[in-house]
Amino acid sequence: MDELREVTVTPDRYTTYHYAGASGDFNPIHLDDEFARSVDLPSKILHGLWTMAQVARAQTDVVGGPLALKSLSVQFRGMGVPEQDITITSKLKSQGDGEAVFDCEAVQDGSKLVRRGRAVLRI
Amino acid sequence: MSHSDTYLVGREKIREYAASIGEQSPLCHDVAAAREAGYEDVVAPPMFAAVYKWRAMGPAVLDPQIGIDFSRLVHGAQDFTWHLPVVAGDEITTEASFVDEAKRGEIKVYTFSSRSTNQRGELVCEGTWTNFVR
Repeated sequence: MDELREVTVTPDRYTTYHYAGASGDFNPIHLDDEFARSVDLPSKILHGLWTMAQVARAQTDVVGGPLALKSLSVQFRGMGVPEQDITITSKLKSQGDGEAVFDCEAVQDGSKLVRRGRAVLRI
Repeated sequence: MSHSDTYLVGREKIREYAASIGEQSPLCHDVAAAREAGYEDVVAPPMFAAVYKWRAMGPAVLDPQIGIDFSRLVHGAQDFTWHLPVVAGDEITTEASFVDEAKRGEIKVYTFSSRSTNQRGELVCEGTWTNFVR
């Protein structure tokens, strides 16, 4: 198993609309630039849980598939925006007893969207 | 304060959700592949927990007794622990509870927890939601 992995995902212009429909989270801060600015955000922002799903996928695409994830915890920080690359870094912290533990984070344009991520996978 | 609700997991919802996050595993899209792997139907990606839990978590977070301004709410941290797979056709009951409220400088921090069980009463997923209000 690689000690260090890096994957890049790029949300497109419509990602937040697809995710809103799929998840049911229609908070206008994710859909409407004008509304987002009215509540002091730079523009519409990504759903944190979409970004967390990318952190999950960065593990499970490589290690054992979607059901291999036993737990994932993250802290959300900077606001993610559409149409900019997100780099997810995962570092093997320990492995044994049928599981592997990774520390992970997600960075977009120099700002951490997810920090102190901790993923535990069945191996 | 706690809220409970039941979410019926649909096959097309799993496919739609999987597509929205870029999940391409055949287990999440292809019924035959899921059955071949021993599941009754397509399998929910783990982060689909955020969707079936929201049915109970939404009302918990938006409870007027707690008084969070939704437009100022930022998701601060999230933690999920998965115990069993969720497949299309499952009925997932989630109980969401307010845990506590704290102040960190100018920001208020509200913590909620959730427990989800399937139609057989088996624990499938637990979660902790931490919300910041700017």
